Amino acid sequence: MKLSGAEILVRCLQEEGIDTIFGYPGGAALHIYDAIYHQKQIRHVLTRHEQGATHAADGYARATGKPGVVVVTSGPGVTNTVTGIATAYMDSIPLVVLSAQVPKQLIGDDAFQEVDAVGITRPCVKHNILVKDIDQVALAIKKAFHIASTGRPGPVLIDIPKDITAEKTEFFYPESITMRSYAPRDKGHPKQIRRALDLLLSAKRPIIYFGGGIIQANAHQELIELVRMLGYPCTSTLMGLGGYPATDQQFLGMLGMHGTYESNMAMHECDVLLALGARFDDRVTAEVSKFSPYAKIIHVDIDPSSIGKNVAVDVPIVGHVKTVIQEIIKGIKQRGDKPEANDLATWWKQIDAWREKDSLSYDRASDQIKPQFVVEKLCEITGGDAFVTSDVGQHQMFTAQHYLFDKPRRWINSGGLGTMGFGLPAAIGVQLAHPDSTVACVTGEASIMMCIQELSTCRQFDLPLNLICLNNRYMGMVRQWQEFFYDSRYSHSYMDALPDFVSLAESFGHVGIRIEKPGDVEGALLQAIQDRSQLYFLDFIVDQSENVYPMIAAGGGHNEMYLSPGTGDIPEERELA
Amino acid sequence: MKHIISILMENEPGALSRVAGLFSARGYNIESLSVAPTEDETLSRLTLVTSGADSVIEQITKQLNKLVDVVRLMDLTEGSHIERELMLVKVQAVGESREEVKRIVDIFRGRILDVGQAQYIIEMTGTSEKLNAFISALGITEIIEVVRSGVSGVARGDRSLRV
Ligand SMILES: Cc1ncc(C[n+]2csc(CCOP(=O)(O)OP(=O)(O)O)c2C)c(N)n1
Repeated sequence: MKLSGAEILVRCLQEEGIDTIFGYPGGAALHIYDAIYHQKQIRHVLTRHEQGATHAADGYARATGKPGVVVVTSGPGVTNTVTGIATAYMDSIPLVVLSAQVPKQLIGDDAFQEVDAVGITRPCVKHNILVKDIDQVALAIKKAFHIASTGRPGPVLIDIPKDITAEKTEFFYPESITMRSYAPRDKGHPKQIRRALDLLLSAKRPIIYFGGGIIQANAHQELIELVRMLGYPCTSTLMGLGGYPATDQQFLGMLGMHGTYESNMAMHECDVLLALGARFDDRVTAEVSKFSPYAKIIHVDIDPSSIGKNVAVDVPIVGHVKTVIQEIIKGIKQRGDKPEANDLATWWKQIDAWREKDSLSYDRASDQIKPQFVVEKLCEITGGDAFVTSDVGQHQMFTAQHYLFDKPRRWINSGGLGTMGFGLPAAIGVQLAHPDSTVACVTGEASIMMCIQELSTCRQFDLPLNLICLNNRYMGMVRQWQEFFYDSRYSHSYMDALPDFVSLAESFGHVGIRIEKPGDVEGALLQAIQDRSQLYFLDFIVDQSENVYPMIAAGGGHNEMYLSPGTGDIPEERELA
Repeated sequence: MKHIISILMENEPGALSRVAGLFSARGYNIESLSVAPTEDETLSRLTLVTSGADSVIEQITKQLNKLVDVVRLMDLTEGSHIERELMLVKVQAVGESREEVKRIVDIFRGRILDVGQAQYIIEMTGTSEKLNAFISALGITEIIEVVRSGVSGVARGDRSLRV
């Protein structure tokens, strides 16, 4: 039987086992929307903005490991997805974006709602394809899923002209696909693995530094096994949190610009550094010329271009991080060697001394609500087991520091692009993927305004999200930088004319509560989290002057952190090891 | 140092813009780029000339390899290879310089393809360095147009770029 291009598109999604898609209709997409109308298998989630659709699909993908799917119309529909696509690209999230295009014969004519979707998205997709023939629709979609979800995952956009969605052809969906130009590597090179073992087992001051690759590759079990069998300390990037249990003694916390004292000091002092699924981002390395000066570096990554890009590496291992860790574990078992116990004990003693700094501490006696306190309480009340999305700013860093993620895929934030507006729509995707789980979005009063329209989507789909707004009446992170580096000239970082979030939430059909006293924090959180039937917008009026510490400023090395200055406004203590 | 990178790419629309976009987005420089189909119509062959420190060249080849349409690539300058570039030059050729230009063309083993009343069109092939040398040798002769094809190259011996 012959099917139309639009029907084929829907059938392909069904064949891929997709249960939920996110989108927004429009002229060029109408055949596709008609095909969606005629079926029941796939749930379409109408967001209120295409950026929201893309972030929601992204959140869905991060929480499940399955590719997220977006359907949008041509022109403004697809341009609105660009921020979402770039967000997914920077964090290597598998996304398939299906954009409608004007009919073939109009392409290039500046037709109504025509935009060069493939051109506009090229720098921020893993791949994209403009389909020019009805017989290519199924193959293009197959390729899209294959490319998006294998190797280093990423977003793929398929642009389909409207006339093709109406034309008919026989439907055939290939089971699998091989591409001569694309074959990601799985196993690590045996010789490099041997060299890695030599280094690892002879280390005196080792550290394991892991990133989002552990989450993406579902390699957390392997990581835990490796870290425990070696007895080595480990630290995570912002993207890797949850890849190793945060409550475990061997975990030193997050590293980098706002990392813990013990993590950054251990990175600086280590003699062997094993990097797993992490890419030495500038927020992680701090000043590269001062990066881990004594370390031999082993770097495992699926993407060869990540290796040696920012930091010179002694042992490069290209491969799937799960497979490579398994190979390393096997190698250690075969050798039967153990790390030198005395050296390791000395190293741990040093680390524990650093730990005593308690670098994430804050003023608990304050009569104002401290943002850290809200996150800590949230963690306590949810048993550290909630799915937590965030936006970008101080609230994001406080959450990364104080919510102790023990499991992967629980912490969902835009690390690479740092996209304000991500948190709420991402939470929608997460809650749809895990309807029975607690989902919180920790946000700021500035970030939440960037996709606030999605509160309407939440109402339509009855999503009992918990929005935790740490309202400091400032773009806090911007204010912090202006305080430190621009002599407190707060240029346009104040949030004037804020809406009344309580009535705003109510107008969308949700519950809003404003919390102004530390004593009310727990009660409000409990009420919101226990009520599984409604969305709560908790507007916490927090201390305006709180800053995120520790902090490494531009040009600083890992051993040059600003630590909490108490209540002072300029960082007072610069720790130089 | 100068590197000549040869690339076999799927002959898909937009393939060239992926390469060009990669170079501009990441701030790599392209000295020349030539593209044409091969005997296998599903493949295009690109030859690009770039320069940079070893670490930059390593990133360039890795980033190129990462493009989904790139099937295979080779840095020709890593081994012995042949490189050629074609150049067409239109020069002013009147009076004494008519003879002078012809002599220089002969020395460089080029050819005069077209003799106009006051112009010559000269064809020259060789390495980029030879073409540069020819242009300098033209000295005060007035050059009207220079058209260069960009470098083509192929590795010698057993080293080959094919699927
Ligand atoms: C779309 C976008 N625009 C601008 C920025 C730059 N930026 C980073 S943090 C921040 C302030 C965020 O303020 P808020 O959401 O209130 O969070 P806070 O830092 O106060 O916790 C800004 C403007 C960004 N990350 N994303």
